[in-house]
Amino acid sequence: MTAPEGEPIVELRGVTRILQDAVPVPLVRDIDLVVRRGEFVSVTGPSGSGKSSLLYLLGLLDRPTSGHVLIDGEDTVGFSPDRLAAIRLSKLGFVFQFHFLLPEFTVLHNVTLPMLRLGRLDEKAIHERGMSLLADFGIADQAKKRPDQLSGGQRQRVAVARALSNDPLVILADEPTGNLDMRNSEIVQGIFAELAAKQGRTVIAVTHDTDFANSAPRNVHLVDGRIASDTRR
Amino acid sequence: MFWRVSIGIAAAQLAYRRRQTIVSTLGVALGVGFFVATSALMSGSEKDMVQRLLDNAPHITVKDEFRTAAPQPVFMAFPQGAVSLSNTKPREYLRGIKNHSAKIEELSRQPGVIAEAALTGTAIVRYASKDVSAGIAGIDPEKERFLTTIESNMQQGSLMRLKTASQGIVIGQGMSERLGLGMDDLATVVSPAGIVRRMKVVGLFHTGNLLFDEGQAYMLLKDAQVLLDKPFIANRIRIKIADPDMAEDIAAQLESRWGYRTESWQEVNRDILGLFVIRNIITYSIVGAIMAVAAFGIFNIISTVVMEKRRDIAILMSMGFRAADIQWIFLVQGIFVGVIGMVLGWAIGLVLLEMLSTVEITVPGMMDTQNLPLERGLFQFGVGGLFALISAIAAAWIPARKASQVRPVDIIRGAA
Repeated sequence: MTAPEGEPIVELRGVTRILQDAVPVPLVRDIDLVVRRGEFVSVTGPSGSGKSSLLYLLGLLDRPTSGHVLIDGEDTVGFSPDRLAAIRLSKLGFVFQFHFLLPEFTVLHNVTLPMLRLGRLDEKAIHERGMSLLADFGIADQAKKRPDQLSGGQRQRVAVARALSNDPLVILADEPTGNLDMRNSEIVQGIFAELAAKQGRTVIAVTHDTDFANSAPRNVHLVDGRIASDTRR
Repeated sequence: MFWRVSIGIAAAQLAYRRRQTIVSTLGVALGVGFFVATSALMSGSEKDMVQRLLDNAPHITVKDEFRTAAPQPVFMAFPQGAVSLSNTKPREYLRGIKNHSAKIEELSRQPGVIAEAALTGTAIVRYASKDVSAGIAGIDPEKERFLTTIESNMQQGSLMRLKTASQGIVIGQGMSERLGLGMDDLATVVSPAGIVRRMKVVGLFHTGNLLFDEGQAYMLLKDAQVLLDKPFIANRIRIKIADPDMAEDIAAQLESRWGYRTESWQEVNRDILGLFVIRNIITYSIVGAIMAVAAFGIFNIISTVVMEKRRDIAILMSMGFRAADIQWIFLVQGIFVGVIGMVLGWAIGLVLLEMLSTVEITVPGMMDTQNLPLERGLFQFGVGGLFALISAIAAAWIPARKASQVRPVDIIRGAA
């Protein structure tokens, strides 16, 4: 177990999320977690242990009932929905189990959408960056196609390219291989390993795939909404 | 730049479900088109009708009558008293408007006012042993031609010939046909006063109004006074004013000053004007219903789209799109449908107007066919368009707002 280096990118301090239902359902309880720059963390646990809930809290898609979520050293408690959206846009990248590509748009357009929304680059630069991202994942030749003309593995690669388009501080992945066959699953897994190892990106991936989990240097295991173990290899 | 992304997504979604877009746009377009056409027809026929009313009759008529019977002195003496008086006989008085020539002179001094003293009554026109009962109007031809459209409806002869002919009479074509009485023939005119005169037909008019064409005759005021045995008497003051809308006020002023019953054209045609109000309410509620149906169509389609697009909404939100961006995506679609529907509707309206303008109708009571009166004003197009835009935007706004309230976590969790 090596000592962690780099500044904290995401940090949870005493985060509890309780679903207010007829009977309140605790999703996660008293989570303290620091993920530093360049770390590749897999989050595992049995079904209903709160893995996905934890990821949504990290990704500012869900808000904690109590506790603090810090992104890039900034405490997001009390932020307005628009301000949270702005953080998601520029600092976070999501990959879900389902690809969630917009069916009306070409593959390239799907990838460039976050850049267009952010508006930091001009249209030409956006187009170039979109093409180079697709090239990185070996699907540049699919750029003009629509998502429904692609295979499941290709779609998920497009989704990863889209998550990277605004050069986020951290990639948050929720079962990114969950919907894929063995071969495509391996390809996507390889991509994540490469993102972490070669590009030095910060990745947090929820998975129930043991292989995938083991490919990450750090594993957080949840049981009943609490961190049962946090191991570095 | 960022709003262009929302518009781009909206445009892509519209293009993707082209058929629904076309159907909902056509719904709005038909609404606007029918609004333009019916509204043009309704306000056109209303204006046409009002114009006829204004042209065919004086704006204001002062009559030698009183609205209420003169009160008995005892009622004036004890206004609060429990007074009852029965079997009184109203005072006889000489009919006619007192000092009418001074009144005419005074009225004529006002700018844009034409005032004419007239004597009306009834008589029997007899020719070749056939009788027709006729309304007689003793008039001043110089003024009459400005007061009514009778001069422009002359088929033969003219009102002005009354001045040159001795004992001339102008009758309608209907009466001429019934009696076989033609131009320059001598008719026998018998009045209730028992006076019989031979009068020469110096003009024939044709207004298209059956009753009028068969039952009205014009002559000089002095001839009428002789015929009806009312020397120097006029029982009508007929007035045309510059602004017909002022007629009611002026009529009320004159009545309060002179005491004579004074009728404005609005009062005479109260029933018709009232009918217009009802007709407009009916028209606009039907057209409003058409627009409402079109709006429900838009609402339905955009609501469905929002339901179908929940995944896309969720990913856009997790990507960092704000709630307002999402709302815009769907609002823009409503605006697009509204704008295109409005423009298309204008085109449909123009085509409908062209078609309607070729339709010929015969109004009951009138003899002539005429084209439908249409009013092609910017008003119809403006109001129709505005109506379409507002209803389309309102119809899109509700589901758009719902879309902006989607919680991405709920969707992502469920979409495996």
